[in-house]
This record gives sequence, C-alpha cells and structure tokens, in this order.
Amino acid sequence: MNHPAESAFLIESEPYYEAVGDEVALFEAAYHSRIPVLLKGPTGCGKTRFMEYMAWRLKRPLITVSCHDDLSAADLVGRYLITASETVWMDGPLARAVRCGGICYLDEVVEARKDTTVVIHPLADDRRILPMEKRGEVLRAPPEFVLALSYNPGYQSVLKELKPSTRQRFVAIEFDYPAAALEEKIVRAETGIGAEDAGKLVHLAGLTRNLKHNGLDEGASTRLLVHAGKLIARGIAPRIACQGAIAQALTDEPEMLAALNELISAVF
Amino acid sequence: MSSSAPFSEAALEAAQLGPLLEEFLPASTWHDASGEKLLAQLALLTRAQQEFVLHWGPVLARNSATMAYGMARQANAAFACMATDDIERWLARAMDAYDKAGLSAAFAVLNHPARFAEERRSAATRLHLDEALGVLELFACGLAGRQFQIAEGDCAHSDSATFFLPASLEHYPRKEDNFLLYKGMVAHLWAQVRFGTFAGAWFERLEAYPDPERALAWLNVLEAERLEIRLRKIFGGLMRDLDTLDGGARPALPGGFAEQLAAPGAGVAVSLALLDAALAHEPPPLRPYVGELRPALVRLAMQTRIPQEKAALVKALGKWLDEIQPRREDAPQPEIRAGIAAEAEERAALDIVVTLDGKPVAPPEKVRELLGSIALDLGEIPPEYLVPAGPGASAPEAGKTQKNQDAASAADAYTYPEWDYERRNYRKQWCMLRERALAPKGDDFVRRTLARYHGKIYQLKRAFEMLRGEERTLKRQQNGDDVDFDALVEAYADLRCGRELSEHVFSRRLKVERNMALMLMVDMSGSTKGWINDVERESLVLLCEALEQLGDRYAIYGFSGMTRLNCEVYPIKEFAEPYGDTVRRRIEAVTPRDYTRMGAAIRHLSWRLNQVDARVRLLITLSDGKPDDFHDQYRGTYGIEDTRMALLEAKRAGIHPYCITIDKEGPQYLPHMYGAVNYALIDDVKRLPLKIADIYRKLTT
Ligand SMILES: Nc1ncnc2c1ncn2[C@@H]1O[C@H](COP(=O)(O)OP(=O)(O)O)[C@@H](O)[C@H]1O
Ligand SMILES: [Mg+2]
Repeated sequence: MNHPAESAFLIESEPYYEAVGDEVALFEAAYHSRIPVLLKGPTGCGKTRFMEYMAWRLKRPLITVSCHDDLSAADLVGRYLITASETVWMDGPLARAVRCGGICYLDEVVEARKDTTVVIHPLADDRRILPMEKRGEVLRAPPEFVLALSYNPGYQSVLKELKPSTRQRFVAIEFDYPAAALEEKIVRAETGIGAEDAGKLVHLAGLTRNLKHNGLDEGASTRLLVHAGKLIARGIAPRIACQGAIAQALTDEPEMLAALNELISAVF
Repeated sequence: MSSSAPFSEAALEAAQLGPLLEEFLPASTWHDASGEKLLAQLALLTRAQQEFVLHWGPVLARNSATMAYGMARQANAAFACMATDDIERWLARAMDAYDKAGLSAAFAVLNHPARFAEERRSAATRLHLDEALGVLELFACGLAGRQFQIAEGDCAHSDSATFFLPASLEHYPRKEDNFLLYKGMVAHLWAQVRFGTFAGAWFERLEAYPDPERALAWLNVLEAERLEIRLRKIFGGLMRDLDTLDGGARPALPGGFAEQLAAPGAGVAVSLALLDAALAHEPPPLRPYVGELRPALVRLAMQTRIPQEKAALVKALGKWLDEIQPRREDAPQPEIRAGIAAEAEERAALDIVVTLDGKPVAPPEKVRELLGSIALDLGEIPPEYLVPAGPGASAPEAGKTQKNQDAASAADAYTYPEWDYERRNYRKQWCMLRERALAPKGDDFVRRTLARYHGKIYQLKRAFEMLRGEERTLKRQQNGDDVDFDALVEAYADLRCGRELSEHVFSRRLKVERNMALMLMVDMSGSTKGWINDVERESLVLLCEALEQLGDRYAIYGFSGMTRLNCEVYPIKEFAEPYGDTVRRRIEAVTPRDYTRMGAAIRHLSWRLNQVDARVRLLITLSDGKPDDFHDQYRGTYGIEDTRMALLEAKRAGIHPYCITIDKEGPQYLPHMYGAVNYALIDDVKRLPLKIADIYRKLTT
C-alpha cells in the first residue's frame, strides 16, 4: 500500500544548498549503510537546509520534528484519537516516517526529555524497529528509512549532552559556519542583496563570532545574516536591519548590545 | 500682562539693599568699606538675581553667616558664568562641604564659582574612560578575536598588547562624539597590530636618524595614513562617522606618498622607505583619533611575549599531535608548516593556513590563537617555531581538576581565581577555599522559631504547596490518558444535532515538572553579628519548612573566612541530605565568624550547583551585602567588583543568581555589585520565604 502521507512530505524542487565539505557523500554513504546520522553544529548553520536537500536528492519524504522539553514519547510514536463513532490510532511523525520509509529528522534533540529519546534507541541500532506499546505492534523499518538527529554541542550544558549510549549509534557529521566566500554566496543567493552588503554582513558575523566565550554564547549565524539581508533587500537601512535582526537576536545584556551595535556601525 | 512677573521690576539700589541684607547678616560683619563695595556690586545685578541672593542668603546664614556673606560677595561672579540652576548646585556643594569639613572647605567651593562652572560644563561633555570601558573592551575583542587590555594612559598608544587611552575625553562638546573618538582610537591601535606597524624590528633603525623624534613623528603620520586606508576598507561605517566629526581632512602628504601607502599589501616597510623623503617637510598634524608611537614600550612587551608564546606553541603543538595519534619516540616527527594566507585586507581576521605533512589541517583553537599572535608580532611564522614537544610531554597536564594538588597543606583546598578590577584581569589561583563541617549546636533556636512563627509557617506551607501545582487535570484536551465525560456527552449531543464533533474530549493529567535545584548561601561573616544573624537563622528555618513542601532539591551552605588563603564554606544541608535534626542543629550553629570574601564562595557554590542535574539552577545569596576581608584590598571597590564578576560568571554558566540583602537600607553600590543579577533588600524574616516563592514562580511559569 502506498501511504497517502508520503507524497505530502516529498520535496519536489531542489532546495538551494551549498555543500561546505564532503557532507553530501558522507550522508549518502551512511544512508545506504543504514546507519543513523547525527548532525553536530551551532544553530543556523544549515543543518535543516541540508536535510531538505538530502531528502530531495534521495527522493525520500522528510519528516521533521523540532524537539522541545514537552515532547513526549506519544508525540513521536502516536496515540489514539476519538472520531465520530470510534477511536482511531494516529501515527506520530516517527511512526509515519518508519512506515513510509522516509527520513525522520529530530531537530535539536538534546532539548527532548530523556525518556523521549529512549524510544529512538531500537530504531537506531541494527534492530531498526519501533515498538508501539499502546498498539502492541512492532514496526520494522524498511531499508529506505533513516533517522537523523541534530544538536548543538556548544550551547547545551555538559549535563544535557547526549548519553554515550545514544551517540555511539550514529555517524556524526560536523557542521560549522561556511568559509567567508561561501557564506557570502549563500547570503546573496538567499536574499538578493549585492556583493558589497553581503561581504559586510559576513565580515560583521566574524566580529560577533569573536565574542563567543567573551560574553556571547554564540556569534551571528548564517541564518541571522540571511534575516538581516532580507531586511536590507527590502530597503531597511543596513545599520537598523543588523541591529534588529542580529544584535537583538544575540543578547539582551545592555553592555553587549551596545558593543554589538558599535561593531555594526563600524562595518556599515 | 500683570503682576505675574514680580522680578521684572527695576533693580534695587544700594541703599535699598542694605536693610534687606541686614536681616540675615549681622551688621558688624560687613558694615565697613568692603560692605559699601558689596552693596555697590549687588546693585548691578538684575532684580531677579538680587532676589536669588536674598533668598539664599538666609538659607546659608542658618549654617553660618560668614558663608552667606561669602556667597553675596561672589554673587556677581557666579551670575557671570552660570545659570541659576548651576548656581544652586554650587551652593549645595558648598553647604555639603560645610557639613562634612567645616567653613574653610565651604570657602574652597564658594570662592571659586568659575571653577565650579567649568566642572559643570565639562560634566555634560566629558566622557570618562570608566564609562566607556566595558563597551570598548567588547568592541576590541570583536575586532581582534582575543582580549586586548584597555588601560588608562596619557594619550592613545599601545605596547602591542594593551591599548592605552586617555582617562577622559572632551575633545567634542557632545559625549557621544567623544565616545566615537575613543572608538576610533581603539580601531586605530588595533589596526597597528593587525596590519603590522610593529613588525620588522625597525626600532633601532629609527635611532640612527639625526633627529629620531622627528623621524618617529613622521613614521606615525605615514603609518596613520597607511592604516586609515585599510580601515576605510573594512570599517567604512566607523570612518564615515569619524569624518563627520572633523570633516575627514587627512594630513597633507608630499606628492605620491598616498598612492604608495595605498598599494595592496603595503606594510610598515613602505612607510619606512618614505621616511627619508618625508623628513624634508614638517610633519603635518594628525587626526584626533591617532595617538603616539611608543616603540620602547612595544619592544619591552615583545621581548617577554615572543619567547613565552614560542614555548606555549611548542607545548600546544605537542599536545595536539598526541591527541591526533599516538606518537613514538623513534618515529620521524610529522612536519608542520604554517603561513599567513594570501593577505585578505578586506577582512579583520588574519587567516593562518596550517599543513601537517603537506596536508591542510584545522588545528585546535589554542594553537590557532598562538600562531595568530606570533604572526602579528613577526609578520610570519618561522619554521623553527613549529617544532612540537616530544611525545607524551603533555601527559602531566591531563586530568586537571579544580583541586590544587601541589601543596600538601592545600590538599583539601579548592583554588579559585579572583577578579582584580584595577588590572582588569583575573588573579589566577588566588583564593583557597575549604569546606568545613559545622559542629551542630543545640540552643533551642529552631524550636523557638517554629513556635514563634507557627501561624506564618502554616501560611508559607500553603503558599509553597500552591507552587507545587502537583497534578492538574486539563479538561477538554485533544488527547489524553482519560476520557472527559462531560465533554464527551456534549460532543455526542452535538453530533446528534448534526454539528461537527469536537475532538476535545480527553482529560489529561499534567504533572508540572519543575526540575529545579536551589543553592542557598548564607553569610556567616562577623558583620552579620546581631539582628542580621538572627534574621538569617530564622529565615533558614522558615524556608526549609516551606521548601520541604516542594520536594525540589536544595542545599544550604554558610560562608566566611579570613584572607584569600582561608576562605571557607560550611555545609548546612547538602543536596542529598534530608532536612532533619542534624540540619536543624547546624542551622543553630550558624554564627558570625570572620570576613566576607564573597567571590570565592560564589564560584565554589556555583560549581557545586552545576554538578546537579536540573533544568533550572538557582543560586540565592543571603548576606548583609558588604564584601570585606581582613587587612586586605577586598574591602571596598575591589571586593564589590569581584563579587559582581563572580555573579556574572555564574550567570554565564547558566545559573540564575539572586541576591538577597538583609538590611534596613542597602548601600549605594548594591545596584552596581548585583548588576544584571536580580536582587532584593529585606529586613523582615517573614518576607524571605515569600520572596523565594516569588522567584520560584517566575522561574517556572
Ligand atoms: N550551506 C548552506 N546552503 C544554503 N543555505 C544555507 C546554508 N547554510 C545556511 N544556510 C542559510 O541559513 C539558514 C539557516 O539554516 P538552517 O538550516 O535552518 O540552520 P540549522 O538547522 O543549522 O539551525 C537557511 O535557511 C539558509 O538560508
Ligand atoms: Mg534548524
């Protein structure tokens, strides 16, 4: 049977993605070897976009779950619902991805509660099964199914880091901000702004990344550059655009905010 | 047009003024020749000004008639240089001085209205380095990717590691503009380092000129031009802002100079080559943001830094290679090469390319940092710098712990750094802190407190029980563990009537999982002696009773100590310990001891708190808000700044610090010391647990 859900999650047109290293080949190799994948890297550096691109490339449906600390196992696996005259079972995203042999992408997985992450263990090792206790059913993953997790090693505290028993089941692909020239290209392609402004945005990003560990948890990500670039493309003055889209997004501390604004006005 | 302007009347004449002055000045003090002169002077003032003098005269005279007389004598001078609101401030200052130090101090103010006026004028204009420092340091760190120190100096200059800036600026009438000037200075000093002004050991060559001072002045001009060209490329916004301040005119240089300095890749060598030709001319004045060159300072800094960094690099390289792969003593060492990537002048960052046996690699941050710094000093990375330490040389460093292991006497001590605000740096391994057991005491204090606050405790327990929120049942949910029958009945009714069936027919038990850990640190310094100590102990009892309702993990530690080598914390209740008799008897043993080196205690207990697995970590300090130590600089600003820094560190480590000061009114520095951290002032035991309930509520909802 063909699952109706499947087509809705297929990515039809090629997402714009600039490969940074050999991540595409690495992912494909893991995929064909049926090893789950762990994407490590700071937020906003292209992990989600990469997954969209790989799903398109492999022609598999992509089912993404943004993890948060209220996410329960049932949210992933599924639950019973009552309809007009009966109770029906509703697959959760994980079960749906397993059934249709899709890619299940758990974004920011460290945010999820520990008991939630437990349900992915039997899927991640070579059993490749998803036990659904409430239904008394065990789903066996088809060869096309793949599980991918992302997490940001810099941001989370040591305690929240993945347990070795979880992470040792995965092939890790490391992501970082693209090199300057590439990042400039991405910002231009995503926003349509000119080379000069894009260059300045990337330059500014470098300056804010210098402040990591000196009062900032994280410097400006590619995503923030894209945000600022979009505002600039709509005619907002660059200083204002960067203050709103970059400085305010990075900190609330007055002194740090002032320093970021000084960096912005130095560049633009 | 009517009586609304009484002072628009004609000024009073000397003869009219006399009797009015007599009302507050005893005739004997001024009825002589100088008195005549005074009346003549006052007659020259406008009526409004005269009324001002006649109003303030009696006010001053209540303190001292002489002071009132002094004011009257200076009135004309004061009105000549100040508006009335500043004159009022001047008089307030004089009265203040009188209160504190007597008449001669008051006259030191009163006799110099012009000086006061000048001070007022520059207060609106002058920007002190202190005010700008925090932002400037972060700005420099953003430019450089490493921390440059910023310190006060007689003018803007650098020794290549520290940026010296004037203590204050009033070059422009507006403060913002003076800030911009500081910013320009920092960017220029950074550019000197980044674009190699100090590379290439030209210091001796300059000595050989007949007039080395003039040669240095010219070199500064040429370098300023060269650096400004670079800065315009990467910090166009800043240069534009600076141009609006001074019109952007650059020093006039002899023909052809500017082009040569602007050539891509031009370094300090170009400026040096132009020096001979330049010396025929007078050096032109510099732009305001350009300071001086002080080669002697730079040489000194480099002499210590270069060998240090070389040694550090050898070690860091060895450690790195050990990490990549185990190395054997007899095997050939891998070959490391490093160079500066094709000069990217449109970037602030210096790109260093490293290869290992010919293959490009990404070295760890520490190695990259050192390579960057060495490249800046030398203009290149000489191959002899790239010899890693032998295999295993890094081993002893492994497994570093917070415990200091070298000194036998320090076996049970934890060492912590301390922030020295004057140096703007940490003193490393400065404090030694030990955990000491409190001998439980049995003085009946807890029982008495429980009896005394019986009713209060009941209320508190209720308040905390509410916080617990326990299990709430959410009705009309889309999904859940149970059927919500009310909703289901309605849904069927709807269905029968042909309406859409609601899906919200479940009830769900929601357990509010707070997952919170609280560390409470209690001041046991000598300054808490008396009612503050009682309040502390009573609060602890009440709080424990209340917290027990929640089932959250909490720990309580006391802190005190004497000198940096004997900081102490006293476990009253550890995280794993139940609240019982032992804990109660330890609360009774909370007695005032020695001094308050608060920074070390905050650092240690933050560390303890961070070992607990919890979603929210809360550090509450309970103190009298007076950091202080025995015969030591910890008293005053130093202690305040260190405490502030320790709290910021805790915050950065993901802890929510909250400071509660027990006092009737807090000293003025509290807002600064507690900075961005939340704090409260209480003087009533009963308010503490409620305060904490408040904090809990805020953090969990
Ligand atoms: N390599 C890349 N190719 C194309 N776009 C990218 C790339 N890296 C980052 N981006 C841009 O940055 C934005 C944020 O990336 P995203 O994938 O959401 O980050 P992450 O999932 O790592 O938090 C994307 O929407 C895209 O605009
Ligand atoms: Mg994402």
